[in-house]
Amino acid sequence: MKHLLIAAGILSATSAIAADKPQLTVYTYDSFVSDWGPGPQVKEAFEAVCECELNLVGVEDGAALLSRIRLEGENSDADVVLGLDTNLITAAKETGLFAPNPVSAEFALPIEWSDDTFTPYDWGYFAFVHNADATAPANFRELADSDTKIIIQDPRSSTPGLGLLMWVKAAYGDEAPEIWAGLADNIVTVTKGWSEAYGLFLEGESDMVLSYTTSPAYHLIAEEDASKAAAAFDEGNYLQVEVAAKLAGTDQPELANKFLNFMVTDAFQQIIPTTNWMYPAVTPADGLPEGFDTLTVPAKSLLFSPDEAAAVRDQALAEWQNALSQ
Amino acid sequence: MAERAQPISAWPGIGAAALVAALILGTLAAVALRAETSGGFSPADWAALRFTLTQAILSALFSVALAVPVARALARRRFPGRRALIALLGAPFILPVIVAILGLLQVFGRSGWISDVLGVFGLPPIRIYGLHGVVLAHVFFNLPLATRLVLQAWQEIPAERFRLAAQLGCNGMAMFRLIELPMLKRTLPGVIAVIFAICLTSFAVALTLGGGPRATTIELAIYQAFTYDFDLGRAALLSALQLALTAAAALAALRFSRGDGFGTGLDRALQRWDGGAPALDAFWIAAAAAFLLLPLASVVISGLAGVFDMPALVFRAALTSVFVAAASTLILLVLALPMATAVASGRHGLVELSGILGLAASPLVIGTGLFILIRPVVNPTMLALPVTALVNAAMALPFALRILVPAAKDITARHGRLALSLNMGKWTYFRRVLVPRMRPQIGFAAGLGAALSMGDLGVIALFADPQIATLPLQIYRLMGAYQMQAAAGGALLLLLLSMGAFWLLDRGGRWHAEA
Repeated sequence: MKHLLIAAGILSATSAIAADKPQLTVYTYDSFVSDWGPGPQVKEAFEAVCECELNLVGVEDGAALLSRIRLEGENSDADVVLGLDTNLITAAKETGLFAPNPVSAEFALPIEWSDDTFTPYDWGYFAFVHNADATAPANFRELADSDTKIIIQDPRSSTPGLGLLMWVKAAYGDEAPEIWAGLADNIVTVTKGWSEAYGLFLEGESDMVLSYTTSPAYHLIAEEDASKAAAAFDEGNYLQVEVAAKLAGTDQPELANKFLNFMVTDAFQQIIPTTNWMYPAVTPADGLPEGFDTLTVPAKSLLFSPDEAAAVRDQALAEWQNALSQ
Repeated sequence: MAERAQPISAWPGIGAAALVAALILGTLAAVALRAETSGGFSPADWAALRFTLTQAILSALFSVALAVPVARALARRRFPGRRALIALLGAPFILPVIVAILGLLQVFGRSGWISDVLGVFGLPPIRIYGLHGVVLAHVFFNLPLATRLVLQAWQEIPAERFRLAAQLGCNGMAMFRLIELPMLKRTLPGVIAVIFAICLTSFAVALTLGGGPRATTIELAIYQAFTYDFDLGRAALLSALQLALTAAAALAALRFSRGDGFGTGLDRALQRWDGGAPALDAFWIAAAAAFLLLPLASVVISGLAGVFDMPALVFRAALTSVFVAAASTLILLVLALPMATAVASGRHGLVELSGILGLAASPLVIGTGLFILIRPVVNPTMLALPVTALVNAAMALPFALRILVPAAKDITARHGRLALSLNMGKWTYFRRVLVPRMRPQIGFAAGLGAALSMGDLGVIALFADPQIATLPLQIYRLMGAYQMQAAAGGALLLLLLSMGAFWLLDRGGRWHAEA
């Protein structure tokens, strides 16, 4: 009986693929395709205009996503990859698996965007989130000198974790090891991913957690809870810009272009703020949802170019490991 | 080993063992062959190896050292609710890692219950993060398993031994030295090896409780090699190292646990006459129950708050998980029973070794290897559920064997010669003698397998399809979408399902009073 049911489950999953319409397969990270992410709405919106079927395939996170593409190589099933960030762009380009495809739009990013292969679809500032009634330190040095407890993610297994590594490196350069050494006694623990860290913070294990300036928007909009705030640091907050690109080996190049152009239109962009909890790359005509205006906006933003990020990554990781393993 | 006539053929078991070995080594080979660069070990990898070994050895020793008095107390005492307690104690083992970490820290964390109580007396919160935290978490996960395995060995001592010892006027100490100590000597090495192997592949628990990159394990280095560096060669090398360490531990355990059993008994219900020190036994049982049940209570409490936040999808995922667990349990038994029989008929070595490898195999390597192997043939996402069930079965196999093998050995020793002299057919022997006598162990193994499969995130994340999700995956997704309350509700549901499956199967296997 159970075999039948499992078989039925597999068949019903495959029958969807058997339709006549052209298929566009987009690989993305798992939280994008989950029922609380942008996936279901994006699928509906794109299918309404494309006369095609959009298959979203979720792979853990951005780094795992790139590994999957490299694993599948030239005959990947994916036509488009959505969900890498600037830290991964250089490695992604080096594989030669991605095809140039300039998409022009009025990007609302705090930085200039010019890349002929990767198109941004959302962005956010990394920031330490804390309870609104607590005073947050103004920068890393103040944090290191305080006894504020923080939880961060491991850069080897988590995108925000890697973002923090880049943040400290971008703000302090050669002084980064010193900053990490100062932070060592503030760090309660380092977690595998964002969920563990955020969950522990909500349980009260730390005063602050590494997340995004947009995190308080979730609590405010979805839970009507204004008790969380994000700290702007005066050395600047590091940016995360999430991007998508077409694969060179796609058998649906036209459809892939269509999707990437659709991605920067209002139909896609207005889904992002309250599902992915990030800023849309192109501000929709209706503006940002209510509640986003209350968010902390850092005075200064930091971001390495993809090539710089790739060049400093390994050294920054070694410094981090050294400082925190003492 | 001299070939002796056996009532049952070892070949199906050897076949099953070969299949398991092929799955584990084949996927490893697939990853190694796909590698573009052949990376060596970095100094950081050696540091990871040292930390991994330290924490795994300490965790195994502490788990077993604490399990012995708890199991002894449970073996000697009968009290109302004893069976429910034994079943409940198994729960930490089957929780998804992320849920267990949150539950554990709700009790032992900086703002946990114990720190709150300390705060009332003006004391600072406990410092849980560090090597001691890693060991504490691993003892939390593995003490129940160790207790069950040791308790089972206790129950398998023929009742006649205790009867005779009581008649000869042995006191508690003498009974321990004459009967229980030899049993422990045979049992403990295997239990230590199993827990050592489980802790060897720890990743998220070790990192979170360890408090930082000092607590880097080999499994984290494998993950890093896969996703951060995309160095498949190094991933395969590290995984091979894990397998080699586990194999070494397993071989050592097999060597130390040789020795004769207690021989035949009359299958009587056990009765004990050494009733000394009830207070001490009560202390051990109460301490173990508090240590294991408090974090569970916190999972239940936060879960109750989230029960009404759970979207319908969670229930669909729960249904999927139940089917995966059922399929996985079936596969587990089809593999484990013949393997246990083969070991019992003297063919142990390689069969037992391949049985324990499932523990040491990195889920990431098995998953990726299967992905590489399956992909040229069929879209891997279509096989997400069958593959998950298969891998879960391979991972539960070492536990199932630890449970089944001692019983299969004893039964072969007790009834094998009679069966041979009766010229009983091999199938008849299996069906009429072996399986009915092993019902409690089969029930326990099946229950454990089902519960483990239910709670395991496993390889489904690698093959994920937005349409099909198991309950653990859905819990992770909820957490990833800020929905911690709903996730806590899902965790409670998972806990209930796992415990329910375990209780049902474990209970189904027992037809007389002893648990």
